[in-house]
Amino acid sequence: MSLRQTESGGSASQDHTPASGRPWHKAIALVLEYNTVLIFVVMLALAASVSDVFFTEKNIFNLLRQVAGLAAIGLGMLLVILTGGIDLSVGSLTALASVLVAFFLGSMPLLPALMLTVAISTLCGAVSGYLVAARNMAPFIATLAMMTIARGFAFIISKGSPIIIEDPMLNGFGSAYWLKVPLPVFVMAAIFVLVAFILKFTVFGRMTAAIGSNETAVRLSGIRTGWYKFAVYCVSGAFCAVAGIISTSRTGVGSPIVGAGSELDAIAAVVIGGASLSGGKGTAINTLLGVLILGMIGNIMNLMNVPGYPQQVIKGLIIVFAVLFQGWQRRSDA
Amino acid sequence: MGMPESTLVEIRHVSKSFRAVHALRDVSFNVRPGEIHALVGENGAGKSTLMKILSGVYRKDSGAILVDGRPVEIQSPHAARRLGIGIVHQELALIPDLSVAENIFIKRLSGRLGFIDWHGLYRRAGELLGSLGFDIDPREKVDRLSVAYQQIVEISRELSENVRVLVLDEPTSVLAPKEVEQLFAALRNLRAHRAGLVYISHRLDEIFRIADRITVLKDGALVGTVLPTEVTPDDLIGMMIGRRLTAMFPKRGCTIGEEVFCVDGLNRGRKVRDVSLSVRAGEVLGIAGLVGSGRSEILRAIFGADLKEGGKVIMAARPLRINSPRDAVRSGIALVPENRKEQGVILSMPIRKNITMPSIREVTGSLGVIRSRKEQRLAQQYVDSLKIKTRDVDQEVADLSGGNQQKVVLAKWLTTNCRVILLDEPTRGVDVGAKVEIYHLINDLARSGLAIVLVSSEMMEVIGLSDRVMVIRDGRVAGVLEKPEITEVNIMGLAVRGSTAGAAAASQTCRRRGEER
Repeated sequence: MSLRQTESGGSASQDHTPASGRPWHKAIALVLEYNTVLIFVVMLALAASVSDVFFTEKNIFNLLRQVAGLAAIGLGMLLVILTGGIDLSVGSLTALASVLVAFFLGSMPLLPALMLTVAISTLCGAVSGYLVAARNMAPFIATLAMMTIARGFAFIISKGSPIIIEDPMLNGFGSAYWLKVPLPVFVMAAIFVLVAFILKFTVFGRMTAAIGSNETAVRLSGIRTGWYKFAVYCVSGAFCAVAGIISTSRTGVGSPIVGAGSELDAIAAVVIGGASLSGGKGTAINTLLGVLILGMIGNIMNLMNVPGYPQQVIKGLIIVFAVLFQGWQRRSDA
Repeated sequence: MGMPESTLVEIRHVSKSFRAVHALRDVSFNVRPGEIHALVGENGAGKSTLMKILSGVYRKDSGAILVDGRPVEIQSPHAARRLGIGIVHQELALIPDLSVAENIFIKRLSGRLGFIDWHGLYRRAGELLGSLGFDIDPREKVDRLSVAYQQIVEISRELSENVRVLVLDEPTSVLAPKEVEQLFAALRNLRAHRAGLVYISHRLDEIFRIADRITVLKDGALVGTVLPTEVTPDDLIGMMIGRRLTAMFPKRGCTIGEEVFCVDGLNRGRKVRDVSLSVRAGEVLGIAGLVGSGRSEILRAIFGADLKEGGKVIMAARPLRINSPRDAVRSGIALVPENRKEQGVILSMPIRKNITMPSIREVTGSLGVIRSRKEQRLAQQYVDSLKIKTRDVDQEVADLSGGNQQKVVLAKWLTTNCRVILLDEPTRGVDVGAKVEIYHLINDLARSGLAIVLVSSEMMEVIGLSDRVMVIRDGRVAGVLEKPEITEVNIMGLAVRGSTAGAAAASQTCRRRGEER
C-alpha cells in the first residue's frame, strides 16, 4: 500500500538493536546476553585460582554428583516458573520420594518400588497442578500447602527416622561410575536433555513459555492453558522423585529431612539462570548453569575451608548480584 | 484567539534523533492561552516524541523551548510540571481502588503531622471537579466511574498542580459519543479559563469540532499549521499521508451467501441479554452501541471467553457446544479481541510463534515436535499475503507498529480454517494508513466467504464496512438496520433511545433453523 514509507519510517528505529554499531558494542551485548555463562566462567576462574584441587577429576565429578538432584528439581521448577507459577513443594516431595522408595523396598523389588515412588510424587504434583489450573488457586499457596502435606507424610511413613535400604542395586547406584562418570550425573544429563528438547522443539515447551508471557492471549487462541499449567506441576513432581531417589541411593537411607530448603535453591538456580519469575523467559541450559553456579559456591568454599554460616551469606550475595546483572541487561535491551 | 503574540509554550526548530533515525526534524509549534491546538499525524509521525520532549521524558537534540517567552530546559517530567506543562496519557494512570479525591491529590495527601485531612481533601477535589463543570462525588472509588469520568479525574489531577498547558493523548479513543460530549464540555471550560490544550487524536471529525488550530506532522517533520475553517477533512488526510485518501472504505461488490452462523437467545450477566443474531457467508454484520452497552461481551460470550448463561450458537444449522475458546476455535470461530496487546498477541514472542499459535497442530509431527521448517513457511505465507511489514518472521511482535500487530492477529486466525470471524475494535490504536489496509483485508475476507461480525466504536467504520448493523443498548438488541437505513442518525437513535424512525426494531432470529432440520 501507499503508506508503506510512512510506516517504515516509524518502525525503522526498532531495526537498530543495541548490538549494531561498533565491535565493542557487540561484545558488550554478547556478554550481557550470556551473562549466566559469564558468571559461570568467572566462578570457574575463581575456583581454579583459590584451590589446586578444584579442577581435579575427583572434585568435579563429586560436585556434579552433589548437584544432580538439585538439577532435576531446578529443571522442573524452570517449567513451572515459565508458566508464571512457582512450586514450593519440591523440597518436601524430594523427601517424600526418598522415604517412599526406601519404604517400598521393604516389601517389593526395586523396579516397582521406583515406579510407585515416581507415580506418587507425580500425583502430588498433579494435586498442586489441579488446584492451580482448575481451581484458580495461587501457585504459591497451593504448593505451600503441598509442601507441608508432603513433608508431613514423609515423617509419618518413616516414623520420623531414616529408613535404611538394603537393596544392593540402589545402594550402589549413587556411588557407582560408568566410564569414570558417576551414574547420577547421567540421570542429570538425561533430564537436562529432555527439558531442553521439550522447550526448544515441542508444542508443550512452546505453550509453557507462551502462557507465562501472556496467558490471556494463549487462551483466546483456543489453547488449553489449564492443561499445560496442570502438566508442569506433574513434571515437577516426577523430577522431585528422581531427586529423592538419587538422594536415597547416595546416602543409603530414605530420609524425611532431605531437601529442606531446596525449593529455594531451585528457585535461586532458575533465577541465576536469567529466568523471569513472572514467566515466559528462561532456558534449560541457563538453569543448569545456575545449578552449577550454586553448587560451585559451596564447593569452592568447602575447599577453602569457609565455615557453613558465611557460606549462606555469600550465596545470598551472589544471587543478588546475578539478578542485578540481569537487570542491567534488560535495561540495555530497551 | 486573543493576543496572537503571547504563547504559553513555544517549540522552535526542535530536532531529535534516536541513533540513525530522525524522530523529529526542525519542528516548530506553539500553544496559546485559551486555545485547543490539535496535533495530528500517522503513528510514527513524531507526535508522541514531540509531546515527550515537551513533558520532559526525552531531551531535545537541538532547537529551543520557550515557556512564557523565556527559554527553558525541560529535564524531567517533574520539571515540566513545575513549568506548568501536564500530560494525560491514552492509558489512564489512576489507582482504581482509591477515591477520586485521593487520586487527584495523590502526591500531596498528607497534611499536618502526616495525617490526612479528609474533609479538606474532599472539599478541594469537589471544587476542582466543579470548576470543570462536573458533579462527581470525590469519595467515589475511581473504578466505579465511567471511563469518561476517570479521564476527568485524571485531568483534574493535572490541574491540581497548576498546569496551564495540558496535553491530551487520544483522549476519546475509549469513550462513547455521549462521553465525548462530556469531555469536550470540560475542554471548552478549560479553554475559557485560558488554559492551553494540545489535543492529539486520530479522529478527524472530533478535531474539526473542537480544535482552534491544527498542526500536522509527517515523518517527523512539520507539514503545517492550519485553521479548521481553511481545510476539509480530506485535505487534512492528504497532509498526513502525503496524498488524498479518496476511498477509505472500499466498495466490495460480492455476493452474500447462505446463513452460516447464528446465535439464539444469548445471555450472560447484565451485559448480554437475550441477544440473537445471524450472519451469512460473505456478510459483515456490524454491532454498534455505546461503550459499555455490551458489544464486546456478546462476542466474548459467543467465543466462550466468558461462560454464557443461556442461548444457542449454531453453525451451518448445527448447534455447537461452546464452553471455552478452544471449543469455539475447533468449531471454526475466531475472535480478534478488543485489546490487542493484552489479549491478541504475545508481544515478547516472534511473529512466527504468534501466527501459528492456534494452528500449531498443523505444523506438529509426532511426539508434539514442532516442524520448524513447515512452521516457518506457514508464517511467511501469511506475512506475505497480509503484507505485514517486518524484517522476517522471527522479529518480535513488540517491534511492530499497531497496524502490523493487528495483522498478526488476523494472520493467526487465517491459518485456521475458521468460517466466522468476530472482530472487536479491529482498528483501535492504528494509524489511518493501516486502518485502510485493515478495511481492505476485512473486505477480502468477506469476499472469500467468511462470515464477519464487527464491533467498533468508530461510527464511520461500522457504517462503511457493514452490510447490516445491529445496535445494542443496555445489553439488548435495540434494532437491526439494513443497507439504506444504516446512517449515523439511525444508529445513534437506537443506541441512545432504543428507537428510530425507519428501523426494523425486531430482533434477529435464526431464520433457516427450522427449514434445515
